[in-house]
Amino acid sequence: MPMPIKLPIYMDYHATTPVDPRVVQAMLPYFTEHFGNAASRNHPFGWEAEEAVEKARKQVADLIGASPKEIVFTSGATESDNLAIKGVAEMYREKGNHIITCVTEHKAVIDTCKRLEKEGYRVTYLPVQKDGLVDLNDLKAAISDKTILITIMTANNEIGVVQPVAEIGAIAKEKGILFHTDAVQAVGKIPFNVNDLKVDMAAMSAHKMYGPKGVGALYVRRRNPRVLLSPIIDGGGHERGMRSGTLNVPGIVGFGKAAELCRLEMASDTARVTALRERLNRKLHEGLDEIYINGSIEHRLPHNLNISFAYVEGESLLMGINDVAVSSGSACTSASLEPSYVLKALGAGDDLAHSSIRFGLGRWTTEEEVDYVANKLVSVVTRLREMSPLYELAKEGVDLSTMQWEVH
Amino acid sequence: MAYSNKVIDHYENPRNVGSMPKEDPNVGTGLVGAPECGDVMKLQVKVNPETGVIDDAKFKTFGCGSAIASSSLATEWLKGRTVDEALAIKNTDIVNELSLPPVKIHCSVLAEDAIKAAINDYKKKQGAGKTVDTHAQPTA
Repeated sequence: MPMPIKLPIYMDYHATTPVDPRVVQAMLPYFTEHFGNAASRNHPFGWEAEEAVEKARKQVADLIGASPKEIVFTSGATESDNLAIKGVAEMYREKGNHIITCVTEHKAVIDTCKRLEKEGYRVTYLPVQKDGLVDLNDLKAAISDKTILITIMTANNEIGVVQPVAEIGAIAKEKGILFHTDAVQAVGKIPFNVNDLKVDMAAMSAHKMYGPKGVGALYVRRRNPRVLLSPIIDGGGHERGMRSGTLNVPGIVGFGKAAELCRLEMASDTARVTALRERLNRKLHEGLDEIYINGSIEHRLPHNLNISFAYVEGESLLMGINDVAVSSGSACTSASLEPSYVLKALGAGDDLAHSSIRFGLGRWTTEEEVDYVANKLVSVVTRLREMSPLYELAKEGVDLSTMQWEVH
Repeated sequence: MAYSNKVIDHYENPRNVGSMPKEDPNVGTGLVGAPECGDVMKLQVKVNPETGVIDDAKFKTFGCGSAIASSSLATEWLKGRTVDEALAIKNTDIVNELSLPPVKIHCSVLAEDAIKAAINDYKKKQGAGKTVDTHAQPTA
């Protein structure tokens, strides 16, 4: 007998993850008996808190091959990205004013760069190829003697493609340019070592790796080169002056435990989730024609699948699978009424961006859930295609891309 | 996004999904919207040439649940109306009936456009010469 399925099914692990119960257990004492302020230097309450923070700092550092002193705790990856980019921009203003990033970055990076543009910095937004990866030749061509920072994400939050980070790191190092990577989706999921990849800064978040929300970190290289950052929050000088503010001790303890679990269980987690992802992909392809995977299959996070279901609009698809939590690149599901800028950047056409679903699998996804989701999608897509004028036209042999549409 | 019960009902049990032969002189076809905008509606009316009454209406829609519901509702309302009565259907009627939120008003506008386009196509086939402006003016 198969296990009964509990609905709704969560398949949106890129958005956030549940906190691992082992992480919760580790955190609990730090809300009550060990509630001290880690900055209190003159009594045991403070010492306990500080000790717990330092243990977590080492756990996070160990996960990415860093030294504990290189970990700056923040409120999350958005803050970490802001600190890295604005901190470098201000600190190295004398050296240059040019930043290189990429069009498919997270808004925490894109909008930070846009703000800097208003303040007189120059930003190059590299395009991506059809598979979602940046072309290293484009990167090399964009570098000038004014370039102070390259910021390219490790893995994309929508399509899960993993950029050639080590190659980018090597280019940056050769040119003497600092390299920051938004590693939120990658750390804890795939091997990520700051020295192998030659990154100078990396943004991380606990809640994407089975830790609590509201805590993240920025890795800041201390040696070869020593990276200096202007703080964006002023105050008591916590975190070696780079991030003032009383430390979120229970959150940090949870982040540390989550990082340790990811390090110890990465191999088995990856094997399991890859098999589930392949099963989902296979079942969808068996049941439906004209579905397209967005982004490179080879260079991809093991738990991500992003598929466009041609001729079916994403929000109507989500309505049909309302007991499954996934995300869509459809404009109708975003506040801006614009389809996903990441999918548009792949050049696949807006219609396919509107038709996309992002599946994010994780530590508690089961085979039964994968089968349920695949079967449900096949039946809903089939039903919606029967009422899709685009599917009808395509089946009549009309080339939709050459049709004249009356655009509103 | 929370949907009204009427939108969910039309989404789950769409009325009058299908196609009628485009070549039929008594069938008017309207195809509005664009795939890159995320909405395309095809709406067809079959008119009794003796009475001018719409005997049948069919739709197919690529779009969100509200777009599907707007076009499904439109086909329900079209049946039994005369061509001129059909042209009196306003997007605001659809908005009110389906309780569409402001971000979904464009779905009702598209449905009004589809009605007008279908009836224009019918009139053109009938050689009526006179057509109406196919662009609905959103009034909500």
